[in-house]
Amino acid sequence: MRIPCPICGPRDRREFYYQGHAVMLERPAAEAGEAAWDGYLHLRENPAGQTQDLWYHEAGCGAWLKVTRDTVTHDVLRAELVEAGHAD
Amino acid sequence: MRFSGLRILKEGLTGNTGWGPHWRDPAPKDEYDIVIIGGGGHGLSTAYYLARNHGITNVAVLEKGYLGGGNVGRNTTIVRANYFLPGNSEFYSHSLKLWEGLEADLNYNVMHSQRGLINLFHSDGQRDAFVRRGNAMINQGDDAILLDRDGVRKHLPYLDFDNVRFPVYGGLLHPRGGTARHDAVAWGYARGADTRGVDLIQNCEVTGIDIEDGVVKGVQTTRGAIRAKKVGMIVAGRSGQVAAMAGMRLPIESHVLQAFVTEGLKPCIDHVVSFGMGHFYISQSDKGGLVFGGDIDFYASYAARGNLPMKEHVMEAAMTLMPMIGKARVLRSWGGIMDMSVDGSPIIDRTHVDGLYVNCGWNYGGFKAVPASGWCMAHLMATDQPHEVATGFRLDRFRTGRGILDEEGTGSQHNLH
Amino acid sequence: MRIEGAGRDLDRSQRLKFRFDGKAFAGFPGDTLASALMGAGVDVVGRSFKYHRPRGVMTAGSEEPNALVTLREGAQADPNVRATMVELHEGLSARSQNRWPTLEMDYLSVNDLFAPFLGAGFYYKTFMWPRAFWEKVYEPFIRRAAGLGALSGQSCTDRYEQAYAFCDVLVIGGGPAGLMAARAAAEAGADVILVDENARPGGRLRAEVEEVGGVQGHLWADGMAADLAGMENVRVMTRTTVTGAYDQGTYGALERVAQHVADPGGRPLECFWRIVARRAVLCAGALERHVAFRDNDRPGVMMAGALRACVTRWGVVPGKAVAVFGNNDNAHRTARDLAAAGLHVAALIDSRHDAENLAGDVPFYPGFQVARATGRKGLEGITLRAPDGAETNLHVQALGVSGGWNPSVHLACHMNGRPEWSEDIAAFVPRSGMVPGLEAAGAARGVFDTAGCLKDGADAGRAAAEACGFAGRDMALPEAEDAPYRLRRLWAVAGKGRAWLDFQNDVTVKDVRLAAQENYRSVEHMKRYTTQGMAPDQGKNSNVAALAILADATGRDIPGTGTTTFRPPYTPVAIAAMGSGGQGAGFAPQRFTTSHAASEERGAPMIEAGLWYRPSYFPRPGEMTWRDSCDREVRTVRDCVGVCDVSTLGKIDLQGPDVGAFLDFVYTNTFSTLTPGRVRYGLMLREDGHVMDDGTTARLSDNQWVMTTTTAAAGQVMRHLDWVHQALVPHLDLRFVSVTEQWAQFAVAGPRSRELLNGLLDDPIDDASFPFMQCGPVSVMGVPGRLFRISFSGEHAYEIALPARYGDALFRELVARAEGMGGCAYGMEALNVMRIEKGHITHAEIHGRTTAFDCGFARMVSPKKDCVGKVMAARPGMVADSREQLVGLRPVKAGTELTAGAHLFEPDAEAVRKNAQGYVTSVGYSPMLETYLALGFLRNGRARHGQKVMLIDHLRKRDVLCEVTDVVAYDPDGGRLRG
Repeated sequence: MRIPCPICGPRDRREFYYQGHAVMLERPAAEAGEAAWDGYLHLRENPAGQTQDLWYHEAGCGAWLKVTRDTVTHDVLRAELVEAGHAD
Repeated sequence: MRFSGLRILKEGLTGNTGWGPHWRDPAPKDEYDIVIIGGGGHGLSTAYYLARNHGITNVAVLEKGYLGGGNVGRNTTIVRANYFLPGNSEFYSHSLKLWEGLEADLNYNVMHSQRGLINLFHSDGQRDAFVRRGNAMINQGDDAILLDRDGVRKHLPYLDFDNVRFPVYGGLLHPRGGTARHDAVAWGYARGADTRGVDLIQNCEVTGIDIEDGVVKGVQTTRGAIRAKKVGMIVAGRSGQVAAMAGMRLPIESHVLQAFVTEGLKPCIDHVVSFGMGHFYISQSDKGGLVFGGDIDFYASYAARGNLPMKEHVMEAAMTLMPMIGKARVLRSWGGIMDMSVDGSPIIDRTHVDGLYVNCGWNYGGFKAVPASGWCMAHLMATDQPHEVATGFRLDRFRTGRGILDEEGTGSQHNLH
Repeated sequence: MRIEGAGRDLDRSQRLKFRFDGKAFAGFPGDTLASALMGAGVDVVGRSFKYHRPRGVMTAGSEEPNALVTLREGAQADPNVRATMVELHEGLSARSQNRWPTLEMDYLSVNDLFAPFLGAGFYYKTFMWPRAFWEKVYEPFIRRAAGLGALSGQSCTDRYEQAYAFCDVLVIGGGPAGLMAARAAAEAGADVILVDENARPGGRLRAEVEEVGGVQGHLWADGMAADLAGMENVRVMTRTTVTGAYDQGTYGALERVAQHVADPGGRPLECFWRIVARRAVLCAGALERHVAFRDNDRPGVMMAGALRACVTRWGVVPGKAVAVFGNNDNAHRTARDLAAAGLHVAALIDSRHDAENLAGDVPFYPGFQVARATGRKGLEGITLRAPDGAETNLHVQALGVSGGWNPSVHLACHMNGRPEWSEDIAAFVPRSGMVPGLEAAGAARGVFDTAGCLKDGADAGRAAAEACGFAGRDMALPEAEDAPYRLRRLWAVAGKGRAWLDFQNDVTVKDVRLAAQENYRSVEHMKRYTTQGMAPDQGKNSNVAALAILADATGRDIPGTGTTTFRPPYTPVAIAAMGSGGQGAGFAPQRFTTSHAASEERGAPMIEAGLWYRPSYFPRPGEMTWRDSCDREVRTVRDCVGVCDVSTLGKIDLQGPDVGAFLDFVYTNTFSTLTPGRVRYGLMLREDGHVMDDGTTARLSDNQWVMTTTTAAAGQVMRHLDWVHQALVPHLDLRFVSVTEQWAQFAVAGPRSRELLNGLLDDPIDDASFPFMQCGPVSVMGVPGRLFRISFSGEHAYEIALPARYGDALFRELVARAEGMGGCAYGMEALNVMRIEKGHITHAEIHGRTTAFDCGFARMVSPKKDCVGKVMAARPGMVADSREQLVGLRPVKAGTELTAGAHLFEPDAEAVRKNAQGYVTSVGYSPMLETYLALGFLRNGRARHGQKVMLIDHLRKRDVLCEVTDVVAYDPDGGRLRG
């Protein structure tokens, strides 16, 4: 498996650390309540098909990436910098 | 038909023409008392114990593929009861006791082999953690023996004690741990359930769950609608998709776990050996293949196949720990889809829908749980009360923080357990 | 036997001596072990798995099911090697397998007599009584009888390697299609890797007499291969098998680098390659399939193409009288070539009644079938069955069988794609796109004539290059045969007796039918119940026939029956090859501190701490045990001064105006109020509310901070900080980088620590300039460094840091000066005892299941701000009094040993799960307090100080009555820290 790091180019999966679904980017406010936090940390759509998940280029540039992938075919469609997602 | 050596003799002498089907292929009825979604190990054992323990036989098991086609047919066959958190210990202890009587109960040889499991440790800290585990096992009434380095050497003389990257400090021996013939477990339960009147319906995919006013009414399938008073979702590996039909999100992410088998070899590994520093475990099948595995591939997947990095990592672990098996050739590698839960422990519980039950989240330890999982799920579905050894497997434990069963201590990241 | 004058692969000018089962034989350069044995008249080369039937060579390739041998001796012994793939070399030594005592006389062949009782799945129905007999009697017997070859029992000593390669176009297989594909892609300008399983490319051309481009096919292939090898953008890898297809164009491949020579010299035996290719062309050819008839497994019954290869390439044959049995035109060529080689072709039997004889002057039997083979240890004859059912016997010593050809679709199916059934060729062919970027060409997709393969390969190679952005060029195609491939399917010949499908696992037609009869009708059920296709050849020789028979038995067609899943590897791969980097210390990186050499010089045992090595203790003459040294080191630190390398702790340099705000968010307590020159202890939670790590962070200046993490969690914390910054608080203006390896850092601890330091510092310090939790720049003998007044031991202590290149010198200087004052270096054991005395936690306590509340740090969670983990730490279950809380434990009877991992109970309670109250995480002997001390977690423990609990360690058979205490056992007021 290879991930196209926007900074480093396509790299072997060995260089990356996987974290989980990109829902982790939507951290609720402290007072958002139990259900919001349960949904954030625990409950998952867990799609069979296209998904977005978070990868860390640990043995590379140290960037956290939001990767659009397919969990059935393992196609990797896109990888974006998590940090850039906040620019807009 | 009862199986026995005598029966084999008789059939052998008469051309083996008398063997009948091990289970029927019934058409689905319009309505059942209980519908089980999923004809894997857990679904089949649930159906079996519903009939055997509770006398509920108007039951259908709906399987989208073939019986036993999920993880019960693609695991590394390890059977153990070596958990240390209360909530897990009593459950797996119960399961091991069921294993010990399974062949007699099912009249089917599942080749349960209590050859002993050895968990190796490689530092003082790991030893302390394993001692805690071993003491918990004995607290539970199971068996555990602490081995020092020489003790390990006596059992496993072929390990590399001198050059290994993480020297062996000792091991925790679980004498009653071992292996079983995985497919046979599914087939044995299938045959037992069928004999008691359960309808096992293959090639029948559930496409919807009918719910009215918060009460389950039945399921939609590729073979038509089926009404049911109670429905159990027992589809580890596909739990997310099935639960979504009931409007649920589960605390589960699906991951791929690879496993490996070598060409047949004369006996060389007599135990189940687990190498914690390398995430590597191995045993030898009765046919002679070395059956081994490691960690999950660490990315969400439904592909039931893995990639090279984990394959190589597993084999590198084999080479540092037991370079004696270097010349063994890997014949086949495969992947199964694991329900990775938030704390690495399973869920056997009611849902927010009346009459709808869920059994999921087995991570990569579901095989050994098959008997107790079915036993407890049947109890829950028959009585609406959790079985006393499965009270901890609650769906809401993450929300409340009560009774989180995180044996690995890695926290709320699905893939780390 | 050898055929005079035949064998194009051989160099008959030399003879090579080799041994098989201890007997001496000779062959020629160019032989395989299989051909050399056949040439020497050895018909039986192996025994089958279950019935121990004698078996001979069946194929000429890696799919060989019968001729599995153990190569070499001692630690180099290599079991289950296909003799058909072993290139003969001088001195080669091989042994037969799965027989006892000898290949000729194998006692377990008695199983064959009991076959009626040993059919599919018999073991599921018996061996159940009495229960204890499974482990004691049945299983040991079954295990000994099962298995094929044996491992040596010794550690692998041969060299293996792993390597990476990258290319534009990977061509898998160097037959006619593959050679053309590689040529076409290379001429377009693509970087090409051509991989072929054999010593020389050419595929089936090597065994055929037909011409390509006006020369014999194998010579054309040699020319093409040489041309390709001469191109700068082409790499030809022979003796290499692509074993698996993985995501994003990654392929695994095994190169047998030096398996074919007596002495590998400096080379590895094998190399496992990961090849990353933008496009791939699968030209893996096709495998011939058998026909099931009674006793079709007799030695001498071979695949027709393999028999042809034996004659053409190596000039060997099981016997002079031969016959060929097939259902297709291709079989006729074998008969033709055998006759041309001077063999007596007794019959060409074609099951098609309307077939025409294409083999020339040989006895031809259209519409006939072979009903049976006879001869136990070598073929003696076959029974022909005429269309009217009449049977006649024919004496032959070899029979070539062809049931048609199966394209080698395996790699195309490795990503879960299913091949499609082609009625035309009665075989499965790959669908396009099953593996992204990979297309099949030639026989691998059912194109069986040579001209078609050449064109198909050229087209596919060009298309692959074009897909990579290169401009393809038209290529001239050489002239080649273009005879049609015609067959009529024949899977099994009807009749009594056993007809083999899976030769290795002894699965017969009857077994498959029995599985169907018992309702194992799914192809997966049939496979698992009968073990069909689960042997080393993974069904390459038999799966299609088996599922055709299953389809027939269950009244379905073949596409409706489906296939089992194709899984990697294509051919088996040694664990030593795929795991080659891991042997010995290679399994994980080794990290060494700058004081490593100096510590070893002092005799310190170095122990693993994660990837690091740290000194356990520093023994002195007269000390008998580690405890002697440890006790002395603790006393020395507490009474005088000690030096300890703490460089393994993670160090993260943070800079920017928003560091304070950032730290407020990642730590539970407040850091933004910390002033330059000061240090603060911090607690970090995971987002789920459990403790992740702890450590100190120093503010060096307005803009620069340095955080320390525990050794164990350094990587996790760095990843976490990157996560929090990039994902959660990207608006904060800061940057940070790990500087763990850039700084050597040493703890200098003890009442005389300042005195020691002042000997080295260019500007001495005092309590006013350097109070507890102070930090600042210092100059150490002219070298700029950093000093922190922090303490893990509980003593008046410092940590001094210099750039790593000064680490060795600084450590030696510090220790020498310490020793001059009566101090010492101290190791992990003493460090651990002192932190237990002080109740400081490590990852033994913050093991991932504990909270700040559990550890007694609830007050460190600032109520004034949000931080990672704060919300979830407040869940009701996370703060319940019933939780286990950190306590100190001390034996009521001083001197009694405590053990970590023990559980805690009420003094008079039975030691069972329901009564368990907690457990012990850390223990140590305190030489200062002259007692064992422990830390542990106890239910509602903070309210139980002063109470008694029973510590029970079943494993070590200990029970010790303990008193529950505060976690701090030594110097509870902390006076020594500040003193």
